[in-house]
Amino acid sequence: MSAAEIGRGLRAGNFTSVEVTKHFLERIDHAGKQLNAFITVTPERAIADAARADARIARGEGGPLTGVPLAHKDIFCTEGVLTSCGSRMLSNFVAPYDATVVERLAAAGMVMLGKTNMDEFAMGSSNETSWYGPVRNPWDGTKVPGGSSGGSAAAVAARLAPVATGTDTGGSIRQPGALTGLTGFKPTYGRVSRYGMVAFASSLDQAGVLAQSAEDAALVLGAMAGHDARDSTSVAVPVPDYAAGLGRSMKGLRIGVIREFFGEGLEEGTGRAVRAALEGFSAMGATIVELSLPNLPLSVPTYYVVAPAECSSNLSRFDGVRFGHRCKDPRDLLDMYKRSRGEGFGAEVKRRIMTGTYVLSAGYYDAYYLKAQKVRSLINADFRRAFSEVDVLMGPTTPTPAFAIGAKVDDPITMYLNDIYTIGANLAGLPAVSVPCGLVEGLPVGLQIIGPHFAEERLLAAAHSWQLVTDWHRKLPPMFA
Amino acid sequence: MSIEWETVIGLEIHAQLATRSKIFSGSSTAYGATPNVQANLVDLGYPGILPVLNREAVRMAVRFGLAIGATVARRSIFARKNYFYPDLPKGYQISQYEQPIVKVGSVEIVLDDGARRIGITRAHLEEDAGKSLHEGLGKQSGIDLNRAGTPLLEIVSEPDLRSAREAIAYMKKIHTLVRYLEICDGNMQEGSFRCDANVSVRHKGRREYGTRCEIKNLNSFRFVERAINYEVARQIELLEGGGRVVQETRLFDSDRNETRPMRSKEEANDYRYFPDPDLLPLALDAAFIEEIRGTLPELPDQKAERFEREHGLSRYDSGVLTASREFADFYEAVVGMLGGEAKLAANWVMGDLSGFLNRDNLEIGQSPIGAKQLAGLLARIVDGTISGKIAKEVFEMMWGGVADADAVIAAKGLRQITDTSAIERVIAGVMMANPAQLADYRSGKDKLFGFFVGQVMKATGGKANPAQVNELLRKLLAG
Repeated sequence: MSAAEIGRGLRAGNFTSVEVTKHFLERIDHAGKQLNAFITVTPERAIADAARADARIARGEGGPLTGVPLAHKDIFCTEGVLTSCGSRMLSNFVAPYDATVVERLAAAGMVMLGKTNMDEFAMGSSNETSWYGPVRNPWDGTKVPGGSSGGSAAAVAARLAPVATGTDTGGSIRQPGALTGLTGFKPTYGRVSRYGMVAFASSLDQAGVLAQSAEDAALVLGAMAGHDARDSTSVAVPVPDYAAGLGRSMKGLRIGVIREFFGEGLEEGTGRAVRAALEGFSAMGATIVELSLPNLPLSVPTYYVVAPAECSSNLSRFDGVRFGHRCKDPRDLLDMYKRSRGEGFGAEVKRRIMTGTYVLSAGYYDAYYLKAQKVRSLINADFRRAFSEVDVLMGPTTPTPAFAIGAKVDDPITMYLNDIYTIGANLAGLPAVSVPCGLVEGLPVGLQIIGPHFAEERLLAAAHSWQLVTDWHRKLPPMFA
Repeated sequence: MSIEWETVIGLEIHAQLATRSKIFSGSSTAYGATPNVQANLVDLGYPGILPVLNREAVRMAVRFGLAIGATVARRSIFARKNYFYPDLPKGYQISQYEQPIVKVGSVEIVLDDGARRIGITRAHLEEDAGKSLHEGLGKQSGIDLNRAGTPLLEIVSEPDLRSAREAIAYMKKIHTLVRYLEICDGNMQEGSFRCDANVSVRHKGRREYGTRCEIKNLNSFRFVERAINYEVARQIELLEGGGRVVQETRLFDSDRNETRPMRSKEEANDYRYFPDPDLLPLALDAAFIEEIRGTLPELPDQKAERFEREHGLSRYDSGVLTASREFADFYEAVVGMLGGEAKLAANWVMGDLSGFLNRDNLEIGQSPIGAKQLAGLLARIVDGTISGKIAKEVFEMMWGGVADADAVIAAKGLRQITDTSAIERVIAGVMMANPAQLADYRSGKDKLFGFFVGQVMKATGGKANPAQVNELLRKLLAG
């Protein structure tokens, strides 16, 4: 059942939130360990919240999400609950406050089941960099679920939770969404508050949803979006009723197909599924235009300068002084810094801190950081030009379906190329969604739809229209059917 | 032949802005609280926490920019200055780097040999760090983050200052200005106003600068003077001995009255500045800036000029009176109540009042004699009730507790004798008592006039009106 269906059932009195919550807690109990999707499960709190939601529903209060369970990526601070960010560094960190996303979804009456596994500090594309071990793809346990929101993706794909939050810095919602057959939605930068979301790369990070359908994504996004005075980069643009806008027709929608997304490196089956989807939209009355974004292929190198630069600074606060891991018996201050950070961070995080420190250092700043910012504005300009001609852009979310656990973990460059189609939207701050559009050898692949700033409604309507005429989003991993 | 050296100084003044809350968080900025009670999650740099700029700090920076005739940037940018230190919670300090809020401006300083204009390169907003505590904790160190996130305005001068004296005059000028603008309490003991001094020397007439040393964290005018003088002497001695100055950061040891290199760090810091992605560029529209311009008070230079022009005071007196807004206000209040007598009021405010305040280590706001009481006293001089000399006695008694001049005059019988016949009676008595002196005077010893004045004043307990005494004596002594 989707989140929307659960909400309707609750309000119709078909079942209670406590019953639904128990159902998911049991599934987590049975299947959770083999997938390693959760870092923390909070059953007592969930049942208590569910009981409160039931009372609200009984009083005729609440909305479409009241009483519906969800899982939060372990990057969102949750008061009184471990917020580890998938890192040893924060393996002892109990947040003293709730992130805005957590606060808003709780206010909507949603029931938190627990906190999901993730790549350490959201740095990774396979969920293999977590201190808590890799997450397995529910479609094939030998494969990765994608990352960094891999735990949230696996949890929803295996229906351990009806819906989950995620964060997307370079594709961390859309890529795992594609690899696990989900609707993964990354909103416009600034649409959702970053307050309480442990920062990876502040100019790119954006919270979003991993859902079973566009309808679910619309409901949850609507509840979490909006201006927040505590985040200076959140934007005061009114939040439309996303669910109400789902029915818009595809007739006359101008779709741009990004030529650069269909070149070398795109796996054949994935390409075929995406092209078939484009024909589907054409059949619904949309016009398809092929166009070129010439600077887009520079996304990956640009991203791997900007993101590490920001992360090297953002992660400086983890110094063993006030919170997080501190080494045993430091000899002096320098020893405490070196060993606390050396022990607390994993290899990928260290790699990025070092890269970021290097690109910001005196003598290299202009050649790397400043250059990357310039390329970033060129990429922005490419997108702006494209959106003067078309309403949305479409292409594959990932070059291939899910790959094997361990296959790329020792080869960062190959791993980074997995985000080649998703990074552009982050650099330009654009909303984008991945929707399931086929199976290749039993593994899901995703169609990516990118829109101009604050065109969430348009993207959700396109995704929903697609889901009205297809059932890829209803397919379940055989082991969890 | 010895070479003539020229000193070159630039100051970086840190003025703590007088906002109630911190620059990026709602914590209080009050001084002296128990460690860490004024540090919230923002100040502690907690994961997921974001900075939100305090508008009041921005307004204060704009006030300063307008007051020094600088360009207030319509767009300025907060950057991160990255370095590790336990009292720097985030591992970076948020500070304006390439694009500060206040650009080129200047102030005028007045010295004995005339006025000089001192350039200000820039002024930018930044957050202060916390404090590391080492005393009484054994082998451990403590961290107090109450100060972390306190807003600072860093005011950077051009290397336009040529002596410690000029540096002090400049620093005092800025000190006066920030207090006039009510953007900083100027409390140097609490560290609200402090500076780093960049000092170098060069042969007089050379254009290029010598190698400079930066003396950190000077928090009194006296220390600035002593530190600069020591440093200048050190550099000259070094250079004249064939050595060279090494560019470094030094600390001033006020007990030993010398500067010393700071403990050298293992490696030089590369701060890796970059724009803070958590804060949008600070954009100010013209209307906002103009609105602030409309709220500026009369500035010290304007006030001094007005005192010269309207009150007929000297430039020196005007400068002294306007060095503090409270002082100038006190003076103006006295003049207002007296309905003029500016010179008299100025002399009393700068003289006796200042002297007593200094002696008792009081601020003007704490003066036991208010403007109204002082005006009351001066009015008695003006109307001839008491002489200036008696007024000083009355002032002292007023300071001691009875703040009302008339009450003191009445109680102590200090009212001036202005009754001609009374004074004449006293003079007659004095003449009879001193026949020899009278004879000498009348035979041409004019110098004895002073003797008779003294005798009359003595006989009246100093209360006789001096002008009348003079006049009557001349008449009566002549016979």
